[in-house]
Amino acid sequence: MKKMTGAEALLKSLEEEGVDIVFGIPGGVLLPIYEAIYKQDKIKHILMRHEQCAAHAADGYARATGKAGVCIATSGPGATNLVTGIANAYMDSVPIIAITGQVVTPVLGTDAFQEADITGITLPIVKHSYLVKDVNDLPKAIKEAFHIALTGRPGPVLIDIPKDITTAMIDFKYPEKLELPGYKPTYKGHPKQVKQAAKAIMESKKPVIYAGGGIIASDASKELVQLAEMAKIPVTTTLMGIGMIPSDNKLALGMLGMHGTQYANKAIINNDLIIALGVRFDDRVTGKLSQFAQGIKIIHVDIDPAEISKNIEAMIPVVGNAKDVLTALAKEISKFREKGEKEESKKAWLDQIAKWKKEFPLRYKTAGNGVNPQFVVEEISRLTGKKDTIITTGVGQNQMWAAQYYNAKKPRSFISSGGLGTMGFGLPSAIGAQFGRPDSTVWVIDGDGSFQMVSQELATATINDLPINIAILNNGYLGMVRQWQQLFFGKNYSQTCLRADETCPVGCSQPIDECPKYVPDFVKLAEAYCAKGIRVSKKDEVEPAIKEAMKTKGPTLIDFCVAREENVFPMVPAGASLHEMIASEEDLG
Amino acid sequence: MKHTLSVLVENKPGVLVRIAGLFSRRGFNIDSLAVGPTEDPNLSRMTIVVGAAEHSLEQITKQLNKLINVVKISDLDPVKSVNRELALIKVNATSKTRTEIIEIAGIFRSGIVDVSKNSLTVEVTGTIDKLEAIEEMLRPYGIVEFVRTGRIALSRGQKE
Repeated sequence: MKKMTGAEALLKSLEEEGVDIVFGIPGGVLLPIYEAIYKQDKIKHILMRHEQCAAHAADGYARATGKAGVCIATSGPGATNLVTGIANAYMDSVPIIAITGQVVTPVLGTDAFQEADITGITLPIVKHSYLVKDVNDLPKAIKEAFHIALTGRPGPVLIDIPKDITTAMIDFKYPEKLELPGYKPTYKGHPKQVKQAAKAIMESKKPVIYAGGGIIASDASKELVQLAEMAKIPVTTTLMGIGMIPSDNKLALGMLGMHGTQYANKAIINNDLIIALGVRFDDRVTGKLSQFAQGIKIIHVDIDPAEISKNIEAMIPVVGNAKDVLTALAKEISKFREKGEKEESKKAWLDQIAKWKKEFPLRYKTAGNGVNPQFVVEEISRLTGKKDTIITTGVGQNQMWAAQYYNAKKPRSFISSGGLGTMGFGLPSAIGAQFGRPDSTVWVIDGDGSFQMVSQELATATINDLPINIAILNNGYLGMVRQWQQLFFGKNYSQTCLRADETCPVGCSQPIDECPKYVPDFVKLAEAYCAKGIRVSKKDEVEPAIKEAMKTKGPTLIDFCVAREENVFPMVPAGASLHEMIASEEDLG
Repeated sequence: MKHTLSVLVENKPGVLVRIAGLFSRRGFNIDSLAVGPTEDPNLSRMTIVVGAAEHSLEQITKQLNKLINVVKISDLDPVKSVNRELALIKVNATSKTRTEIIEIAGIFRSGIVDVSKNSLTVEVTGTIDKLEAIEEMLRPYGIVEFVRTGRIALSRGQKE
């Protein structure tokens, strides 16, 4: 046992958990911790420019590596700035550890300077949290936090540490055993349920796999593709599941739901068996719940029992880890086959799917020598195809085009804010991802609105010499909201134009050539942060710009001035059923 | 349909707020909640009465189970469990009515725990039905104040 301060014990505990990088910003109550950070060299600290981005960076790091991401913020405003990042990680089941400083214990609860009840504030958005009131509880809290964050359904854990705890002395010993009597996640699926699921697959003529983040989280992409190929089942993925199956695989249907492909949605409507794997039947996937999968048999595999039959009743529920259950399923099917059990042919179904894929591909109208946002994504996809690439996205149209047109080939290569839909997630998560995987090429596909919520992190990218490439699909609008205003609110572009100034007519409902100039000038903004800035406004400039960015050592920002009123299609209007999909602009009549 | 959930939780700070917060956030209503220590100093038992349909009860149970500090949840079958609640009823009492009230209290095997010139306080333990019955009987005299603990319950011992 070694005598040390709480702050030193914190770092020692992080080291015991294999942490080598943390993202944070110091502050008053964190001084002892930052003193301890200063005096060691095992854990690298990345100084972010906003705490929200520290949480997103930890999140991006976790998604890119599968390890827990760690962020640190000071008490009060530092801690409250983390909230969006924690909520984001919670909604997408990402293992992050948020460490917050807190005022000294004698003044807790007195509205002291920079005091905020952060364990209280974050209660609904954490998997678990700790307020450490005794230095001797600190190592145990850290050990439990990492275990809880990384096992079962992953999620964020917050540890709030008052300043006097970080200066108190402790005989440090890292606990070996965990004592969590109320926490025992189920990994192996119940054999009877697995057998029943296997049988349902054998008996199905038109099965479809609907798979999501659970596959990525449990590293089960290989098992998923194996099962799909062995049993001849087409696979549609959620936004969180992109990358588990390469989109050029014959069985891949792309994303389903609100902006899913037409063939994925046709498959999810017209099948006789849905095999739901690590998904939660989110409203952006199902559309109107009462009309989703009516009369269709559903197998639902999830590690979180509370997800099963939460939104849609599952006929064959299997509580377990996707990887374990997929392995068991494949074994059961093999056994059935050996016994010569009856198996329905899937051929007619696969032919039908192939026909749909041919008949209803993703498509867009090209804008002459103007720049289509979809084309930019296709080009990034083509030019990065051979490299180990990670895409992170903002939220909105940019995100949906990235999801539709980027051909992600590997798990953990497409990082996007799904559940919370946090604009600005792209750049900070890219920073975390790049630190986690320094040899990968990292691209941020973002919107001009989304990017402005976090543009200060260009400093972090430049200072750390990160070769991150940022593609801003700049249409001068908060594009997704504008799209909804166009389609459902009589083209009343209320507060969605980012170029509007006081010279504009009241009630403007379409862009003209003489719109006020864009503020900020993104190229100059990049240059102000000592990054490279490139502007692209013609189609034939797209490829050279992407190539130039990939050659550049530090961060590069490309301002793609794209068609301003381009919309994301296909689209299922909010609250409508998947049957009511709008295929394209022409469909609107 | 009313359900009585018996929830064994780790005796740690913040557990009550985690549980109460979960109920409100997920839109479930708590009818009553009673909490206290158990035979194990590390554990507390919460008895929560909820009004919920079968489907939402399943969600409540599953969501509660996800809380790290929740160790065990049982949905107690009214037939196979013992349910009790305690009430204190302060009722107006004059020299004329005092004897009657004491008599009523006696019928319900409840005690008088406080007496003053103008009032009596009755302590009664029992099932909800019994509590409601005595309340009904005492109401004509004028109930000044009334407090109930909320239900506590335990499953019955194993029958041979």
